[in-house]
Amino acid sequence: MLHLMDPINSALRRVPAWLLYPLGALPVAWLFWAGIRGDLGVDPVKAIEHWLGLWGLWLLIATLAITPLQRHAGLRLVRFRRAIGLLGFYYIAAHLAVWLVLDVQIPAQIWGDILKRPYITIGMVAFVLMIPLALTSNNWALRRLGGERWRRLHRLTYLVVPLGAVHFVMVVKGWQVEPFYYLAAILGLLALRLRPGRMLRSRSAART
Amino acid sequence: MAGRWKNDLTWSQVTPKAAWLNRRQVIAAAAGLAAGGIAGVARAGLSAKPSQYSTVEEPTSYEAVTTYNNFYEFGTGKDDPARNAHMLTTEGWQVQIDGLVDKPGTWTMDDVLAGTTLEERIYRFRCVEAWSMVVPWVGFELADLLNRVGVQPSAKYVAFETALRPEEMPGVRTRVLDWPYVEGLRLDEAMNPLTIMATGVYDEPMPNQNGAPIRLVVPWKYGFKSIKSIVRITLTEDEPPTSWNKANGREYGFYSNVNPEVSHPRWSQATEREVGGGLLAKRKPTLMFNGYGQEVASLYDGMDLAKYY
Repeated sequence: MLHLMDPINSALRRVPAWLLYPLGALPVAWLFWAGIRGDLGVDPVKAIEHWLGLWGLWLLIATLAITPLQRHAGLRLVRFRRAIGLLGFYYIAAHLAVWLVLDVQIPAQIWGDILKRPYITIGMVAFVLMIPLALTSNNWALRRLGGERWRRLHRLTYLVVPLGAVHFVMVVKGWQVEPFYYLAAILGLLALRLRPGRMLRSRSAART
Repeated sequence: MAGRWKNDLTWSQVTPKAAWLNRRQVIAAAAGLAAGGIAGVARAGLSAKPSQYSTVEEPTSYEAVTTYNNFYEFGTGKDDPARNAHMLTTEGWQVQIDGLVDKPGTWTMDDVLAGTTLEERIYRFRCVEAWSMVVPWVGFELADLLNRVGVQPSAKYVAFETALRPEEMPGVRTRVLDWPYVEGLRLDEAMNPLTIMATGVYDEPMPNQNGAPIRLVVPWKYGFKSIKSIVRITLTEDEPPTSWNKANGREYGFYSNVNPEVSHPRWSQATEREVGGGLLAKRKPTLMFNGYGQEVASLYDGMDLAKYY
C-alpha cells in the first residue's frame, strides 16, 4: 500500500520548500487588505485577530501531522516541516501583535491581562516557548546543537500546540465545539507518537 | 464577503433624520391628496416618537447593527444570526404572560401593541465581550405592559423566556447553553423608564437576527440581559434563573450591570471597542451603568456591586 505514495512523494521532492514562505504570506496580506477595504465585516480587528490565531493553530497542527503521515501513510512531507512550523510561528506572532496594537492598545492593560487572565497567560506561555524553536529552525542552529539536543528542544512543540488549543477553548464564550475539535485532533496526533514498546526498549537501552 | 457593497459615506454625510422625516411628511401629504384625502397612507417606517431618554451620540450603522449579533440560537458566530435567522417565523407570534399578575393570558403582538405609543430610544449598547454600539431602538416601556397586566404585590422579579424552535434555530442543536434562553430582572429594574420592550430598530420592524418580533432592552446592563424573541414573561417572587449565570456563574451574575471597575474573570471591562469604527478605532473608557447612572444608580443604593455583579 505504501508504494501508492511513491509518485506523490517523487512529485513533492521537486517542490522547493522555500516556496511555502511567500505562499504563506499571501493570506496575511489579503487579510489586512480586506480589513482596510472593509470586507471583514464591522469588527475587522476581531476578525483579523481570530483568523491569524486560527490559521496559526492549523499550521502548528499540520507540523504535528507530518511524522504520523509518514509513519502510517508513507507520505513524506518532512522537508516542508520547518517552513510550516516557522509560518505557524509568524502567524501567532502577528496574532499577538494585532492583539497588542489594534485590540487592547493600552500598555498598562496588556500587562494586567497577561498576568491576570489565564487564557492570555497560557497563550503567552505558548508563544514564549515557541521563540527558541523559531530561533533554532535553521541548519546552523541544528549543527551547533547537534541532532539529539535539537530534537529534545523541539519536543517543546508537544507542549506548545496543545497550549494553543487550550487558549482557544478558554477564549470563547460558553462551551463551543470547534476549539475542542482542534484539541482532540492534537491529542490524537500526539497519541499516535506513543509507542509503548519502543519507549520501554529505549529506556532499557539508556540504562545499559 | 468579497465584493460586498461598501458604503463609504460617513454618518455626518447622510441626510439628517429631521430632514427626511419632513420630506416623508410632504410625500405622505401629497399621496394623501392624490388619494382624495383617504387616511391611512402607507408609511415606510414605524414613525416612532422621539424620546428624552435618547442619547445624542451617532447611531452605529444599520449594517453593523443587523450583521454583528450574538443570538446563539442561530449560531455562535457574529454573522450567523444574520445568515440563519430568516428561518424564524414571527407571524402569529404569541407572548404568554403569567405568574403573579392579575390578568394572566396569551397575548398576540396586536394585543401587546394595542394602545402603546412606539418611541425611538437611541441607547448605548455594551456587550459583556467589551464591544459597544449605539442603537436606535423602537419600542415602549416595559412598565406600560406590566401595568396593563396588573402586577400583584407579592411579585418581586420578572422572568423572560426566548422561543425554542429546534426546526427554525440551527444553533440549539449544540448545548452551548441550556435552552430555552432565559433572563430576569428585579421588578424595580423592570419598571424603570429606561427598560423597554423593543419591536424595531432604525424606525423599521425588528430584524429577526436582532430578536424579532419583540425583545427586551436594558441599556445599563450587559447586552445578554436584553433577551430576544420573547415568548413568555412571568412575574415571580424569587430571583429567576438566567442562562449565562447558569452556564458560568463566576463570569455572569444575575445583575450584570455595566461596571468598568468589576472585571470579567477573563478580560477587563474598563474599556470598550466601538463596533463599526474600522481597523484603527481607539478604545474608549466604559462608563459606570453604561452612562445611565443618573437614572438607575439609586436602584442599587447600599449594594456591593462587586459582590452582586
